Amino acid sequence: MTWTNPLRDPEDRRLPRIAGPCGMVLFGVTGDLSRKKVMPAIYDLANRGLLPPGFSLIGFARRDWADQDFAQIVHDSVKAHARTEFREEVWQQLAEGFRFVPGNFDDDAAFDRLRRTIEELDEARGTGGNHAFYLAIPPGFFGDVVGQLQEHGLTEQGDGSWRRVVVEKPFGHDLDSARELNNILADVFPSGSIFRIDHYLGKETVQNILAMRFANELFEPIWNSNYVDHVQITMAEDIGIGGRAGYYDGIGAARDVIQNHLLQLMCLVAMEEPTSFDAESLRIEKQKVLSSVVLPRRLDLTTARGQYAPGWAGGEKVSGFLEEEGIKKTSTTETYAAVTLYVDTRRWAGVPFYLRTGKRLGRRVTEVAIVFKRAPHLPFTATATEELTQNALVIRVQPDEGMTIRFGSKVPGTAMEIRDVNMDFAYGGSFTESSPEAYERLILDVLLGDPPLFPRHEEVELSWKILDPILDHWAKKGKPEPYASGGWGPESADQMLARDGRVWRRP
Amino acid sequence: MIELTDTNSAAIAAEFVRARTKAGSPAMGMVMTLIIVVDEAEAEQAMHAARAASHEHPARVLGVIIGDARGAGQVNAQVGTGSGWTGETALIRLKGEVVKHPESVVLPLLLPDSPVAIWWPCDPPQDPASDALGALAQRRITDAAAAQRNRTRAIHLQCAAYAKGNTDLAWTRLTPWRALLAAALDQHPLKVTGAAIAAERVSPSADLLAAWLTDRLKVKVARSSSDGPGITEVVMETKEGPIRIARPDGKLATFTSPGRPDRPIALKRRDLPELLAEELRRLDEDDVYAATAHRLSKMQARS
Repeated sequence: MTWTNPLRDPEDRRLPRIAGPCGMVLFGVTGDLSRKKVMPAIYDLANRGLLPPGFSLIGFARRDWADQDFAQIVHDSVKAHARTEFREEVWQQLAEGFRFVPGNFDDDAAFDRLRRTIEELDEARGTGGNHAFYLAIPPGFFGDVVGQLQEHGLTEQGDGSWRRVVVEKPFGHDLDSARELNNILADVFPSGSIFRIDHYLGKETVQNILAMRFANELFEPIWNSNYVDHVQITMAEDIGIGGRAGYYDGIGAARDVIQNHLLQLMCLVAMEEPTSFDAESLRIEKQKVLSSVVLPRRLDLTTARGQYAPGWAGGEKVSGFLEEEGIKKTSTTETYAAVTLYVDTRRWAGVPFYLRTGKRLGRRVTEVAIVFKRAPHLPFTATATEELTQNALVIRVQPDEGMTIRFGSKVPGTAMEIRDVNMDFAYGGSFTESSPEAYERLILDVLLGDPPLFPRHEEVELSWKILDPILDHWAKKGKPEPYASGGWGPESADQMLARDGRVWRRP
Repeated sequence: MIELTDTNSAAIAAEFVRARTKAGSPAMGMVMTLIIVVDEAEAEQAMHAARAASHEHPARVLGVIIGDARGAGQVNAQVGTGSGWTGETALIRLKGEVVKHPESVVLPLLLPDSPVAIWWPCDPPQDPASDALGALAQRRITDAAAAQRNRTRAIHLQCAAYAKGNTDLAWTRLTPWRALLAAALDQHPLKVTGAAIAAERVSPSADLLAAWLTDRLKVKVARSSSDGPGITEVVMETKEGPIRIARPDGKLATFTSPGRPDRPIALKRRDLPELLAEELRRLDEDDVYAATAHRLSKMQARS
């Protein structure tokens, strides 16, 4: 007979999901990702009472630190970046579970110490042998770390306990390297224990795309090529590459953003209804979209790329990409990329998906715009509808999360004149403490072992299959086109849409 | 805030529209109407809590202060948008005859077709569902712990008068406790043979927790008094030993379970805005509360 917890009731939806006993081992504790995202998210989870009693965090890095020094680093990062109020008692109980293991990734003694520390925590804090290894380190080191973990018996899942590994983008830089990376992880961890973080999928508004599409009757009938003219997916940043030259040079906008975030967003917009919301059904639908993507024949006419030039952005004088520290004058890395994709299915036949991303653009914004066809017949005079463009439904992912619908309306007055108006829905909870940050949600899902929001390696590989021909094409073309900082990208991107008789929306 | 004296619902509604237009027609993203029935003395604190909760649940908030029923009827209102509110707000003061007909003022001000919640921050009516204002709402939130009259019996009265859509903040306050207790049994899949709760002498939450544990675990739950604050200890007996959560200071609890080391866990008593926000998250019937209220009434009848 299986045990059912008498205190649980599916009807009891107030009860939050609390992870079972467990701990986390964080590699790369000094990086931006750890300090700005992972550590604050762990504190916020503790503050909301969603971490199990005795949760432990082990830091691993090449620093000569004691446990207290590590706790200080976490303390500073929590103070600076946590979203919930700092409460001493929460901090105290969390900090009791902090440990630090100094060492290199090739240092056997250090991994021995790590194993002993984990065993000590299982004993003293009751973490029960359940540990997640968070690799907040460059992918070049994954092999070393994962190999060491295996060698020192750290990846063996005991009876009823689990070991999981968490990795961040980039998941490779092309199909081959992605496969290689996956092999490294898959050699050691079963695929259900590998969690790839795409933090966009943890965002409330992104999850809301599924709710909007599949919980409503209103949108589904028009969600196809009969009514949709094209789709624009934009992720723009107003900042340059900052201090990330080492990471960014040679990677570029397409690999950094399109391969993961934008293609995942596109999947959610384009996919068919999954049979349920479990990880497997979602993956099947997303995979179907990715495998039905086709590229236009003429990549020179349907893609665009650029590098930001020195200039003025938002009232500040800014340097160009080639002047950034650590970037070679001859770099051909793109900081802006736009591509045209088609999804070859009955639903989307002939509807182009325009994906664009760039740095140093007009403002920071991520959105998905579904642009509809014009009405087949307008019973008005041509002058009356001059200012009327196409209806659009815009999902604003960030900031100002919500949804906008654009449609035509009569201008008040005696003449019949029709102009575009916007109707806004602001996603109320998005700015409050109560709505969890993407990382909180994702880390909690890792600890619970709940995988629907994490892309699987099949999706990663399919994404590279889409992007690789474009990257190869660009590699043969020399330097990207410079574009003015603080604007909306290079001339060639505008021409790319103009050829199809369309324009980019100003987001 | 615009002051309207000796006014009516139509004028208040017109002021809502005027204020919205004046603010450059911001989007009407409101998801519900929240009615707060409150005393003059408690009004400020209650509106403050509603304002905080309105960030998660943009709402039209109607504060209704029921005044002295003598004399000619008069409706006064303060109407506003913005200044920390995500929706619209009106604080409506009723005096004289109209005090007996507050629903006539509120009904025209409900948002079209969206849910209505009502909250009595202090003394609730004995039967919220048949109250004139309560009947307008599908979610009726009382707070037995804040009752000024009949404090010891408040939760029993509310449970006895339970109707679909009723809920009490004493129940909301239990969510973190219940979550921990449920998680404890996830980790220790054992039959519970007995349970005990220590809490302040008058604690509606402890009464509800006892009823919930009795209902779910089918065991007798002992109840003892402590100095508080609130609930200070819950113990579930199993054959391998007790599972105990002790929280002497209202902030930090110690979690003890068989074969595991003792662990501290944050278990802070939550503030009013947080409780209200949780309560507004779901507006359908809370079946588990219904069962618990039913159980508590039965236990009360027997004792």
